[in-house]
Amino acid sequence: MDLPLDFATLRLIWWGLLGVLLIAFALTDGFDLGVGALLPFVARTDEERRMVINTVGATWEGNQVWFILGGGAIFAAWPFVYAVSFSGFYLAMFLVLSALILRPVSFKYRSKRPSRTWRSLWDWGLFIGGFVPALVFGVAVGNVLLGAPFRLDGDLRSFYEGHLIGLFTPFSLLAGLLSVAMLVLHGAAWLSVKAEEGPVLDRARRFGTIAAVAALVLFAAGGLYVAYGGLGYRITSPIDVNGFSNPLRSTVEAAPGAWLDNYGRYPWMLIAPALGFLGAAVALVGLWRRSAALAFGGSSGSTVGIISTVGLSMFPFILPSSINPVSSLTVWNASSSHLTLFIMLLCTVVFLPLVLLYTAWVYKVLWGRSSTGALKTNPDLY
Amino acid sequence: MIDLAVVDLSRLQFALTALYHFLFVPLTLGLSFMLVIMESIYVMTRRPIWRTITRFWGVLFGINFVLGVATGITMEFQFGMNWSYYSHYVGDIFGAPLAIEGLMAFFLEATFVGLMFFGWDKLKPHAHLFVTFMVALGTNLSALWILIANGWMQNPVGAAFNPDTMRMEVTDFMAVLFNPVAQAKFVHTVSAGYVCASVFVLGVSAFYLLRGRHVGFAKRSMTVASAFGLAASLSVVVLGDQSGYALTDNQKMKLAALEAMWRTEPAPAGLTLIGIPSMKDRETHFGVHVPWVMGLIATRTIDKPVEGIFELVATAEDRIESGVIAYDALEKVKADPADPVARGVFETHRRDLGYGLLLKRHVADPRQASPALIQQTAWETVPNVPALFWSFRIMAGVGMFMIALFATAFVLCTLRKHQTRWFLRLAVLSIPLPWIAIEFGWILAEFGRQPWAVEGVLPTFLGASSLTVAQLWATIVGFTLLYGALAVVEVRLMLHAIKKGPFHEQQTFETAPDTPSDPSAGARAPAAAVA
Repeated sequence: MDLPLDFATLRLIWWGLLGVLLIAFALTDGFDLGVGALLPFVARTDEERRMVINTVGATWEGNQVWFILGGGAIFAAWPFVYAVSFSGFYLAMFLVLSALILRPVSFKYRSKRPSRTWRSLWDWGLFIGGFVPALVFGVAVGNVLLGAPFRLDGDLRSFYEGHLIGLFTPFSLLAGLLSVAMLVLHGAAWLSVKAEEGPVLDRARRFGTIAAVAALVLFAAGGLYVAYGGLGYRITSPIDVNGFSNPLRSTVEAAPGAWLDNYGRYPWMLIAPALGFLGAAVALVGLWRRSAALAFGGSSGSTVGIISTVGLSMFPFILPSSINPVSSLTVWNASSSHLTLFIMLLCTVVFLPLVLLYTAWVYKVLWGRSSTGALKTNPDLY
Repeated sequence: MIDLAVVDLSRLQFALTALYHFLFVPLTLGLSFMLVIMESIYVMTRRPIWRTITRFWGVLFGINFVLGVATGITMEFQFGMNWSYYSHYVGDIFGAPLAIEGLMAFFLEATFVGLMFFGWDKLKPHAHLFVTFMVALGTNLSALWILIANGWMQNPVGAAFNPDTMRMEVTDFMAVLFNPVAQAKFVHTVSAGYVCASVFVLGVSAFYLLRGRHVGFAKRSMTVASAFGLAASLSVVVLGDQSGYALTDNQKMKLAALEAMWRTEPAPAGLTLIGIPSMKDRETHFGVHVPWVMGLIATRTIDKPVEGIFELVATAEDRIESGVIAYDALEKVKADPADPVARGVFETHRRDLGYGLLLKRHVADPRQASPALIQQTAWETVPNVPALFWSFRIMAGVGMFMIALFATAFVLCTLRKHQTRWFLRLAVLSIPLPWIAIEFGWILAEFGRQPWAVEGVLPTFLGASSLTVAQLWATIVGFTLLYGALAVVEVRLMLHAIKKGPFHEQQTFETAPDTPSDPSAGARAPAAAVA
């Protein structure tokens, strides 16, 4: 069938869309995760906690769909990546799922009973539901940069030769902490937009400041490790960008330092790491000067920059294999068929703008700061 | 060779998590639309009692909805986690409806559901009704896409195996979309959800009426439930799953198995009402037959035969032999992608490749299989007949009972005899029945599809990930503990909310918009609303 876009273009678009989905998830549900992780520390009394929960209470559920859509889109557009990574990072995925199952329930059930123990239990559920996914996502990204220990056989069945503890290397832990710092900063910035002025917001600003500094330091350290830590892979055979999605038909080798190649070839890509640093710095200034716009704009920019840096550094790799580099999954060998990519693009072009439109409407309706005073008069806020 | 212990544990885990997930989904599907009906009445009449009714059932909806969402996350990710080769093999087709579900349906329900709960004082009544409707639409569209995905597993249309990528790839997306099995499943499944929610509302209202509490509230709720439930229970039975059963060999096999029909009967075939099917003897003992009925249901004609298990096994044997040829050709293509002869042979036998792969359960290379092994494997295409036979009878029996229940409820509500006590007791006792029928319905659909993950394409045992038994036990135990604890909490919160009743919050929050200033008004509100 003749499609208006060729296979290579569609692969490139879907690589971009994968990034867009992950970034949208980090930008929206990211602050929900951050607020969850901050909850027990920035809010002490029951009313303070409920007020903090209400800053995300009505919208976290929609935000979380970016994550679920991310899973669905990887399945539909990058089935190899879905199959290899989710079964490979098996117990880590289970940890994330458990935390993400705990989170919705904690949001909904927390205020159903007045008991202090009951509420405190669910508040810690929200902490786990925020902190654990933030950490594990970062650890997973660290492992993707390192390369995962999997190989494909002739039937393209994937075998994974690592274990849960093996995922926690110094570099991947650094990536995990960076992810936590980035999302906690984003959560604190969200509170500076959405929470009323008072002790809660003051505490949030202090935690946000620490997170911003940590993000700057960890991002820089991560960059140095990527440059000098022996990371990187390179495709050594000629690449057929329109070829069949069969990883075994190209050759790949480990090439220390190769994750920096793209910045030499395409200097414009340096915008991404620059944005990562600049955004965190702006957020820091915003938190100091009590400017919600600077804080949230800065943390958003930093999140976009940091995630883009990972994607651009690895391009065209999506998931390299450390034990059998030939099995590595790239933009050119791991996608769905031409037709599926095209149909999914059509669906995205139709529905994504609609999603953005009604999401914006919902945020507009709910605009305004969350306060402890309103809790006494409006039954829906409890 | 595949580790069959890993396969069995993966199946166990999928069954547990899917059946658990589907404890919450049907109530969400149905209650969301019942909320729309209740709130529409509020918006049209502006009588505060209907706002109270909507908000109360909304609270119960919320407690249930959140677990449906939470356990749904597992569903979206466990294909990749536990069924990695399946995900690779059919992801090109199967992933699309899942992604579209997120894009089109899940965003809709999840974005609006927060506003539905938090937006009562921020939105005008008609705008809030719109929000509630979007939630209902989202949940039901979500079911549509999931059933398109599931329907494709039962009847894999619009796709072909590509030897260059070693997987199924989509050839006709419209065929996947308008798959008749998926359409039938969608109507059947959402109708079952509507029945489930109607029984829930009916039963809880009956409980209040038996206790003499919240009478005006309960009568109104009961009226809505009886009308909605009658329509839904008729739809779930009349528009049952049957229409797709003549389409593929496996669907035919499923039909023969659930009817325990061992041999093809002359048209029109009879229906075995009850009996004791035996896998060992390959016949049904003590069967009570009703002539004609089966042929009418399955083929919608009186002159087409319904194939029996023996005949379908013979077909399977032929297809396995053809599948071995396809497998041989595929191995040659893998060795030399440019071999035109092998590609030609593969094209001819491609349809039966999945049948050839069935042999991999016993031999690493299907080409080594003996005729005896092929015959044995052909018999393995027969699902567990007694399990299907009984699942179907429980499901269908409950379905028939539901029609009777709602017809009675409808008549009683029309005659304003809401307080008929024997019926109220029956309604309370009926609350668990739709869940039982629905779970058995899924057992029928998915157990009946065995040994296939995707009918005729990919055997279940090949679809599993290369995991270890220890990893699987870790997650099965983990999910069981987590899900078990959440189930206990959920049921207790539901009971707690039902015990508190619909007027509780008006007593706590005196400034709520439709609460009169008299603090004791909460208790009298239903009486006032009846007047």
